[in-house]
Amino acid sequence: MKILVCISKTPDTTAKIAFTDNNTKFAEAGVQWIINPYDEWYALVRAIELKEKDPSIGISLVTVGGADADPIIRKALALGGDEAIRVNAAQADSFQIASYIANIAKEGEFDLVFTGKETIDYNGSSVGGMVAELIEAPYVALATKFELSGTTATITREIEGGEEVDEVATPLVVSCQKGMAEQRIPNMKGIMGARTKPLKVVEPAAIEALTSVASFEMPPAKAGVKLIDAENPAELVRLLKEEAKVI
Amino acid sequence: MSVLVFIDQAEGHVKKAAAEVISYGAAVAKNLGVAVNGVVLGNVSEELATYGQYGVQKIYHINDAALNHFDAQVYTQAVAAAVEAAGATIVIFSNNVDGKAIAPRLSAKLKAGLVSGAVALPDTSNGFVVKKSVFSGKAFANIAVHSAVKIISLNPNAYQATEVGGTATVEALSASLPAAKVKITGVNKVEGEVPLTEADIVVSGGRGLKGPENWHLIEDLAKTLGAATACSRPVADEHWRPHHEHVGQTGVVVAPNLYIAIGISGAIQHLAGVNRSKVIVVINKDPEAPFFKAADYGIVGDAFEVVPKLIEAFKNR
Ligand SMILES: Cc1cc2nc3c(=O)[nH]c(=O)nc-3n(C[C@H](O)[C@H](O)[C@H](O)COP(=O)(O)OP(=O)(O)OC[C@H]3O[C@@H](n4cnc5c(N)ncnc54)[C@H](O)[C@@H]3O)c2cc1C
Ligand SMILES: Nc1ncnc2c1ncn2[C@@H]1O[C@H](COP(=O)(O)O)[C@@H](O)[C@H]1O
Repeated sequence: MKILVCISKTPDTTAKIAFTDNNTKFAEAGVQWIINPYDEWYALVRAIELKEKDPSIGISLVTVGGADADPIIRKALALGGDEAIRVNAAQADSFQIASYIANIAKEGEFDLVFTGKETIDYNGSSVGGMVAELIEAPYVALATKFELSGTTATITREIEGGEEVDEVATPLVVSCQKGMAEQRIPNMKGIMGARTKPLKVVEPAAIEALTSVASFEMPPAKAGVKLIDAENPAELVRLLKEEAKVI
Repeated sequence: MSVLVFIDQAEGHVKKAAAEVISYGAAVAKNLGVAVNGVVLGNVSEELATYGQYGVQKIYHINDAALNHFDAQVYTQAVAAAVEAAGATIVIFSNNVDGKAIAPRLSAKLKAGLVSGAVALPDTSNGFVVKKSVFSGKAFANIAVHSAVKIISLNPNAYQATEVGGTATVEALSASLPAAKVKITGVNKVEGEVPLTEADIVVSGGRGLKGPENWHLIEDLAKTLGAATACSRPVADEHWRPHHEHVGQTGVVVAPNLYIAIGISGAIQHLAGVNRSKVIVVINKDPEAPFFKAADYGIVGDAFEVVPKLIEAFKNR
C-alpha cells in the first residue's frame, strides 16, 4: 500500500493579509509560512497512523512549488513519511498543481492520495477532485474518518446536516478535515531523521493554467460595531429587523 | 453558448442552495444574452418545472437509479453529458458539499477553468473575471478564466435568490454512466436540527457560557429564531458540545445571514469560520473582546442576563 500525501505551503493563520504590485501579489514580507493545517493535522497524521499499524505502508509527500517550499516539506517529513517529492514549478492554479500531482500519482502507482480539504489561502477545495479525475479514481471529499482493511477503505464524510459512511476500494483520492486525526508535534528524533530522508526534486514539463489571479482586494471596512444597551435587547431586535433586514 | 446550472438534490429533495444558483445562473445568462438551463440528477419528489420561477428555462432530468446515491465520479459523468446536450460554456455549482466534489472533477475532465467560492457575478467587460473569497474570508481575488468552458461554484448565501416568475420545461436526458465505486453503507443525520451549513441564522456559544449545563440559553435562542447552533473550538474540545458544531478555521465554515456569537472572544481562527456571515451580533461581557471589531451589532453584558431578555424580545417581535 502506497500513500501520497499532498502538502502545501500557506501563510500562518495569523499572518497579516496585504497585497503589493498594484494589488496583484500577496505581500510576503515578514510572513511566517506553515504547512497548510488540513494537510498537516489530518491528511499527513492519518497516513502516519495507518503506517504505525501496518509498517508495510509507504508514505510519500508531494508539494508543487519552488525551493522556498523545502523547509515546509522537511517539517512535514519530521512528522513522518518516508520520502518527499517537490515538483519544481511556480504554483499557477489548481488545475496546473493537480496535473503535476496526478502525474506523480500515476508514475508512482499510488493506491491512496490524501489532500487537505482546502488551502487556507486560496480556499479552492479543488486540487483533490481534479487529481481524482485525472487519474480516473473515485473521490471522497471532506472526510472526517478513514479506516483501511486490505484494499478497502471505510470513510466517513461530511454531508449537509450529518455524515455518511462510504466503502471504497483503492485506488482512491480523499480530502481530509477535522476528525481524521489528532494534531501532533514533531519530536527531536523526527526532526533529526527528516534531515536524511530523501527529498526528490522533479523538473516537470510545463502545464498551462486555466485561470489566473487578475487582482486582489480587501473587503470594505466594517462600518464599526453598533452597541446596544444591555438593558434594551428589544432595540437589537428592531435593528436586525428594520436596518439589517436579516430576521 | 449557454449557461448550465447544477441543481443539487439529496434524498430526493432539491437543496435550498438551488434557488440561489439558479438565480445567479439566470443573471449570468441575462448579462451575456444567452439561454440558461439546469440539470437534475436522480429521482426527485419536487415538481421541477416550478424552478422556472428563478429564471431557468429548461431542466435536463437524468432520472437514472444509478444517480440516487452520490458518487462524485458518476455524477461528473452525468453533468458532462448535460453540458454536451446543452452546449453549455458556463457551468454553475453551489460551493457546498456536493459542489466541492464534482466541480473540480468536471473542471479537470473538460479542461474548464474553475472559480470556486465565487461571491459575485462575472465581470465580462474585459475577458471573464470572477470575484472569489480567499484567505478564509479576509480578502477577495478576482480570477480570470482563460478556457473556452468556464465553471463557477458559488458560495452559499453570496447571491440572493430572486423570483422572476415562469415555468421551466423539463426534458428527460439519458447518459451512459460508469458503475459507482463508492458504496454508501450508512447515513447519520442530526435529527430535527437545522443543518449548520445550510442555516440562515446561527447562534453560537463560547467558553463564556461556563459549561454544557448552560447551553439551554443557546438552544432556546436558536429555537426562537429557527436557527442552527454552533460553538467555538474549546467548547467542542471540552466535549460540552459535539465536534460537528465547532466553527472556525479548523472546523465548519459558515456564511449565514445572521451569526450571533455569545461568550466567544473572537480569536482570528474563530473568525476565519464566520467572516463570510452577512451580519454579526456579539454578546460579550468584556468590551475589549476582539469579536466586537468584526461585529455589526454588539451588546456588552453578561450572557446569563442578556440572553433570556433577548429571547423574550425576539418572541415579542
Ligand atoms: C492553529 C489553531 C487553530 C484554531 N482553530 C480554531 C477554530 O477553528 N475555531 C475556534 O473557535 N477556535 C480555534 N482556535 C482557538 C482560538 O485561538 C481560541 O482559543 C478560541 O476560539 C477561544 O474560544 P472562546 O472564545 O470560546 O473562549 P475564550 O477565549 O476563553 O473566550 C471566552 C469569552 O467569553 C467572554 N465571557 C466570559 N463570561 C461571559 C459572560 N458571563 N457573558 C458574556 N461573555 C462572557 C469573555 O469575555 C471572553 O471573551 C484555534 C487555535 C489555534 C492555535
Ligand atoms: N502546491 C501544492 N502542492 C501540493 N499539494 C497541494 C498544493 N496546493 C494544494 N494542494 C493540496 O490540495 C488541497 C486542496 O487545495 P486547494 O484546492 O487549493 O484548496 C490542499 O489541502 C493540499 O493537500
